[in-house]
Amino acid sequence: MAAPLSVEVEFGGGAELLFNGVKKHQVTLPGQEEPWDIRNLLVWIKKNLLKERPELFIQGDSVRPGILVLINDADWELLDQGELDYQLQDQDSVLFISTLHGG
Amino acid sequence: MAARDEVLALRTEVAQREEELSSLKQRLAAALLEKQESESERLVLVSPLPPKAALSRDEILRYSRQLVLPELGVHGQLRLATASVLVVGCGGLGCPLAQYLAAAGVGRIGLVDYDVVEMSNLPRQVLHDEALAGQAKAFSAAAALRRLNSAVECVPYAQALTPATALDLVRRYDVVADCSDNVPTRYLVNDACVLAGRPLVSASALRFEGQITVYHYDGGPCYRCVFPQPPPAETVTNCADGGVLGVVTGVLGCLQALEVLKIAAGLGPSYSGSLLLFDALRGHFRCIRLRKRRPNCAACGERPTVTDLQDYEAFCGSSATDKCRSLQLLSPKERVSVTEYKQLLDSGTSHLLLDVRPQVEVDICRLPHALHIPLKRLERGDAESLKLLREAVRERKQGVQEGAAVPVYVICKLGNDSQKAVKILQSLTAAQELDSLTVQDVVGGLMAWAAKIDDTFPQY
Repeated sequence: MAAPLSVEVEFGGGAELLFNGVKKHQVTLPGQEEPWDIRNLLVWIKKNLLKERPELFIQGDSVRPGILVLINDADWELLDQGELDYQLQDQDSVLFISTLHGG
Repeated sequence: MAARDEVLALRTEVAQREEELSSLKQRLAAALLEKQESESERLVLVSPLPPKAALSRDEILRYSRQLVLPELGVHGQLRLATASVLVVGCGGLGCPLAQYLAAAGVGRIGLVDYDVVEMSNLPRQVLHDEALAGQAKAFSAAAALRRLNSAVECVPYAQALTPATALDLVRRYDVVADCSDNVPTRYLVNDACVLAGRPLVSASALRFEGQITVYHYDGGPCYRCVFPQPPPAETVTNCADGGVLGVVTGVLGCLQALEVLKIAAGLGPSYSGSLLLFDALRGHFRCIRLRKRRPNCAACGERPTVTDLQDYEAFCGSSATDKCRSLQLLSPKERVSVTEYKQLLDSGTSHLLLDVRPQVEVDICRLPHALHIPLKRLERGDAESLKLLREAVRERKQGVQEGAAVPVYVICKLGNDSQKAVKILQSLTAAQELDSLTVQDVVGGLMAWAAKIDDTFPQY
C-alpha cells in the first residue's frame, strides 16, 4: 500500500486555460495499492482537475503532442524509468507546458 | 481678441503643414520601398563575408562599450562583423532581435517575411512604423536597420520561406533565428538547419508567456527530437486569437539576440538542451532541462528519414501563416451573410441576435441589440445562461406567428465560434433543453459586419 503523496502540479503555455486558468495546484494523491506513476496521475488529473475539452490535453493514455512534461524541472525522458512509468515521490513537482508558436 | 485669433490661425496652419508633411513622408517611404522591391525581386545571391583583420577607428568608437568586455573584445567583435544571421519572421520577435544584431555590428542580416505591415502589428513589431503600413515587412525592417547601422548588410526576402527555397537560403547564413508564428514553418526551419548544419535559435510568445531554446547546436537536440509529432491544429492558438503583449515578444526577441550574438562571437549559447520559460504576469523565469538528441530522430538521428524538405503544411495539417482559420462546421443553409442579416434587421423581423464572444472582446465593441452569452458558458451548459437565453426567446415569441420558431442568429468575431455555438444550440433543442428554434450563424462575424456593412464599427 503506497502512502498518500503531496505533489505540485503546474500548467503553463496556455494549458492552464483547460484548468480554469489556474496554473499551480498543490494536490494530495490518496494512498492506493499501486505506486503513483505519471500514467495514473494523468487519469487522476482528468477526473479531478481538468475542467473542459480533455482532448486538448490527453491523447490515449498520454498527453497530446505539443505538451512537454517536466518532472522537477527536467524533461520526463531524462529520468530512469521515465515518461508514463515514472514513479512519483512525495513533494515532486510536475509541470505540463504547452508549447507556444506565436511570434 | 487679436492674440486669440492669431493663436487659432497659427494652430490651423501648423495642423495643415503637419498633414502635408505626413503625406509627403508616406509618399517617400512608399517610393523608397518600390525602388528596393524592383531591385530585389529575385532571391538575392550573397557571397560569404570576407574575413576581417582589424577594426577601423570609427568602429572602435562605435562599439567601444562592448569591446572592453573581456569575454567579447576585439576578437569577438571581428567575428560578429563577419557573421551572417538569417531572421525568419520580421514580427514581434524578429524586430527586436534584428535591431540588437544590427546595433551590435553583425555583418549581414537576412530578413524573411511574406507579410505586410498592419496597424495591429505596431504595438510589438517595433521596427515598422505608421508610414509603412501596407508595405512588405522584410523591406520595412531592412530600411529601419539601415538607418540604425549603415555598415550592416541587410538582405530582405519579401516572400514565404518554402520547402523549395529554405535549404538554399539557410546554407548562405551562419546562424538562423526562428521568429516565425506557425507550426509548419517551425518544422521547415528546423529541418533546413539540420540538413545545412546550422544552429537554430528559436523563440515563441503568446499572451503573457514566452519560450526560448537553441536547437541543433554542438550535438544538442533539434526541434524534432523534442517534438516528433506536430500538435493537433485545433490546439494551436495564434496572437490574433490569444492576444500578446508587445513587451513579452520584445523580451524574448532580445534573449534570442543574446543567444545569436554569443554563438556568432564564439562564446557559445546558454540554452542548448534547455528551455527558458518566461511568465510575464508572475515575473518568473524558469529554465528546464530538455531531453538529449534522440538517436531515432527523423531529422538529426542516426538514420534520418528527413533527407530533403517536405510538405510541412500537410505534415502539420495547418497553413504556414498565423492567419485565423475558417471552420466549416455548418451547411450553407444554416448560415446567413452579413448582408442578409442587415436586410432582416432593417425589415424589423422579430429575432434574437446572440453574441458568443468572450467578455473581453465584447468590451471592445458590440452590436447594442445583441444578447451576450460567451461560447464557453454554452459549452459548459451553464444553467443561468440557458435561463437568460430562454427568457430572451420567450420575449420575442410575440413577434412571430403562432407556432413558428423564433429565429436565432449567432455572431462572433470571425464566424468560427458562432458555428460551434449553433451546433450546441441545435443539440440543446434536440435534448429539449430549449424550445424549438431555427438557429443560423452570421458568416464572417462582426469583422465582416465592419468590412461590408458599417465602416464605423471597430476592427480588432
